[in-house]
Amino acid sequence: MSTNIVPAHAGPSGEKIRSDLVVRYEPGEAALAVRMTSKVAYLYGEAIEAAARRVAAAFGVTTGTLVVEDFGALEWVILARVETCLRRAGFGAEPVLPAPAPGGATPRVRERLRRSRLYVPGNQPKLMLSAGLYGADGIILDLEDSVPPAEKDAARILVRNALAAMDFGSSERMVRINQGELGAADLEAIAPHNVHTILLPKVERPEQVERTAAKLRELAGHDTPFLMPILESPLGIRNAYEIAAADPSVVALTLGLEDLSAELGAPRTPEAWESFLARQTTVYAARAAGVQPIASVFSDVRDSAGLEAYVRRERGLGFDGVGCIHPRQIPVVHRAMAPSEAELTRARRIVEAAREARERGLGAVAVGSKMVDPPVVAQAERTVRLAVAAGMLEE
Amino acid sequence: MFGLELYGMPSMIDRWLIRAAPDGTILATGAGARLRVGRENQMTARTLVRNAAGRLVPAEVNGAEQTPFAGVGGHRPSGRKAGPKIATCLDYPADGDKRAGSLRVALERVGLSDGMVVSTHHHLRNGDAVANMVFDTAADMGVRDLMWFPSASFPVHANQIRHLESGVIHHIEGSMNGPLGDYCTAGKMRGMGVLRSHGGRWQAIQDGEVHIDVAVIAAPTADPFGNANALDGPAACGLLGFALADSIYAEKVIVVTDNLVPFPCLPWQIQGNNVDAVVEVPSIGDPAKIVSGTTRVTESPDRLRIAELAARFCAETGIMHDGFSFQAGAGGTTLAFAIYLRDLMKAAGVAASFARGGSTKYMVEMLREGLIGAILDGQTFDLDGVASMREDPRHVDTSPFTSYNFHGKGYFASMVDVAVLGATQVDVDFNGNVVTHSDGRLLHGIGGWQNCLAARNTMLLVPSFRDRIPVIVDEVTTLCGPGELIDVVVTERGIAINPRRADLLDAVKGSDLPIRDIHDLKAQLDRICGVPQTPPSTQDPVAVVKWVDGTVLDTVWRIEG
Repeated sequence: MSTNIVPAHAGPSGEKIRSDLVVRYEPGEAALAVRMTSKVAYLYGEAIEAAARRVAAAFGVTTGTLVVEDFGALEWVILARVETCLRRAGFGAEPVLPAPAPGGATPRVRERLRRSRLYVPGNQPKLMLSAGLYGADGIILDLEDSVPPAEKDAARILVRNALAAMDFGSSERMVRINQGELGAADLEAIAPHNVHTILLPKVERPEQVERTAAKLRELAGHDTPFLMPILESPLGIRNAYEIAAADPSVVALTLGLEDLSAELGAPRTPEAWESFLARQTTVYAARAAGVQPIASVFSDVRDSAGLEAYVRRERGLGFDGVGCIHPRQIPVVHRAMAPSEAELTRARRIVEAAREARERGLGAVAVGSKMVDPPVVAQAERTVRLAVAAGMLEE
Repeated sequence: MFGLELYGMPSMIDRWLIRAAPDGTILATGAGARLRVGRENQMTARTLVRNAAGRLVPAEVNGAEQTPFAGVGGHRPSGRKAGPKIATCLDYPADGDKRAGSLRVALERVGLSDGMVVSTHHHLRNGDAVANMVFDTAADMGVRDLMWFPSASFPVHANQIRHLESGVIHHIEGSMNGPLGDYCTAGKMRGMGVLRSHGGRWQAIQDGEVHIDVAVIAAPTADPFGNANALDGPAACGLLGFALADSIYAEKVIVVTDNLVPFPCLPWQIQGNNVDAVVEVPSIGDPAKIVSGTTRVTESPDRLRIAELAARFCAETGIMHDGFSFQAGAGGTTLAFAIYLRDLMKAAGVAASFARGGSTKYMVEMLREGLIGAILDGQTFDLDGVASMREDPRHVDTSPFTSYNFHGKGYFASMVDVAVLGATQVDVDFNGNVVTHSDGRLLHGIGGWQNCLAARNTMLLVPSFRDRIPVIVDEVTTLCGPGELIDVVVTERGIAINPRRADLLDAVKGSDLPIRDIHDLKAQLDRICGVPQTPPSTQDPVAVVKWVDGTVLDTVWRIEG
């Protein structure tokens, strides 16, 4: 193996690097040297060098030089960057995983609110540090579009370590993997680290979902993560129901409008008529399969009025949530996803009536003189849950 | 001798201590005694005493005996206020035209000489050209061993390093950041740095701790008599409050302007009756670096979260009530705080009786919307603020005298319901640091920070860590604000309430705000960041931090390398 060792480096480039680390490995004959510089050396110099040496030892690196340039990276970031560098240099071994966060072992829950999901680029540790604080229903560590091709390996290792080391609070722990072989490698790396839900990009046929689910069962046993297929092409929309119903691990169905409109040859407009059928189809397919329909992102971070209108419109189509690309979008989304006072009043009446009917052992639920069917009761209960989550109602 | 070896260049120290004697002016405030004390104390220059906060501080600084911090409210100076020599109008032109042909002519006219104390002011911020002009001119004149007494220094003033190196400047008593901070912390300055709050600077001038020989005031607008304001002209910055004490108490006062108007310059914040000479120059500073065209709110999600939590805290505890008052600066987080507070005030239908600035367009908008009754402004950060001050009688200029002075018969800062401030560190006893980095390097001035702690509720808005460096620590590197005055610490990971404030702890019961014990926060940071090593430090003092009453609160130590 040591015949194939080459010089390598890992970590971000450019000015103003923060909370990250750049590392270079130079092969050599002499015993391993670690040259470390850091703006926090006076507080963590020893810890940084020790972390680098720990990875080197695990990878059997006994010679050459590691040049570590630190910009205030946390330990799990240091471990990831050094591992990436050594793998690129040609070494291989089981990874050195960071110590688990006390709050990281949250259980995955099938039926939960998925109003907001915050995308975090998979190769930018700085943006992960506080991601769990904003109350998003889900955090998506993204390995796909936000990571350039040359950094896919680095992001995979970093996201794996983030899953191991970070507490994302009450947010659902989600990862968007890549398509094809990259995606398979992504799955292998992240599956053992309490990922709750995996987003599958550009799903066009149910077999893609089945294959992924089978692979996950192989990797993680019966307690597999949930799946959320993303429809991003006319073919995917055409097969929406089959995809949503392909495997019991699917919990939600969503769509990506950028790629879709490109394939359609219909540029995106604010009115979004070009994607109307796709969005409606997604809602119908998801509801038919008993999973949650989730809408796409709204990309103008500064336009909170536009975001609010967008969320109300998508909610009106039947969607249960939308994607967010900045934490400041989360409260706006939650506000816009909340039911109106009139909806809530009606829903509470129905829920109350259903409870009374249950208590009295009646089969049929009546509100006033009108009979109410079970799906209406279920929807009313969902409305009340949304109202509780939005702080409109005490538990 | 021990002390002389420590501070180097004994001849300079002698000159520094003796400099007041020939002039005679300082003798009125006891310079003779100080001189003897100084000489004696050179033997014990390294004598460190433990003050009431448990901090080791030098017993003597730059030849003057010091009073160690005696606890909040524990020091009551007595005696009479200091003042300049009696002047007579006979020495000034009857037609009121005090113009001098150049800054050099003016400095010669007021008798600038070796060892004097020269003051400048920071209302032009990083755009200031005047302080550099003063010391460049002093260097040309061959003057040495000046003490520079700025109300604050900015990166643009790194120019003064060469004057420190060449001996034109002996030492600085004022905030030192960036290159000047590094210079001082490395122990390269001949004298010791003295850091004071804005209020403490007024206190030191008024009780004679610092006697200014020559004050040079950069004035955006002035007349030939010396009346000056900051409302108009290319360098308009709003107000000149930081220079007000100097104009009253300095022996000699020079006004430098690039917008000379015929007498009378209206309104006058600096009164020409205190001014010796007026100098017209092509430019007193770079307007682009003085005020910003528009103030931009931070986009950092963490800072926005901290600001929002702080505003909600004020609303839910009832600190925000009709007729309340607040102080918020223009720093990223505190500005965002004011914006969140505005929304909550509107929603609750309450208005503030007054707000203390740093003003920005956001505060000006609140004034216009009726959400604030008056802005009592200490400095203006953008053009909307300057325009409002010029045009709206409810937007008034203040000074450290009205706002902060320990020797005043009361001051505004203690009448404020809530002040929100930043900090570099805060410890588990709620002590705050605002001047040094966690490695002990000088990073910021104190500004009005210490003075604002007098508010009924003081909140520090800080990230819990910055690039792995914990902000919440076991013990602050440099103590700037005693924990008994700091009520609430707001971080992105939760809000810690000082246990002394049982009323606030009661007020948040049942709230869904993330209230946390400060020790829990600290323990979480130790997990996230790792427990840090103890950074290296020395036992050589390079600067002291004064408390608002003139006592010595803490020491900044020399850092190796």
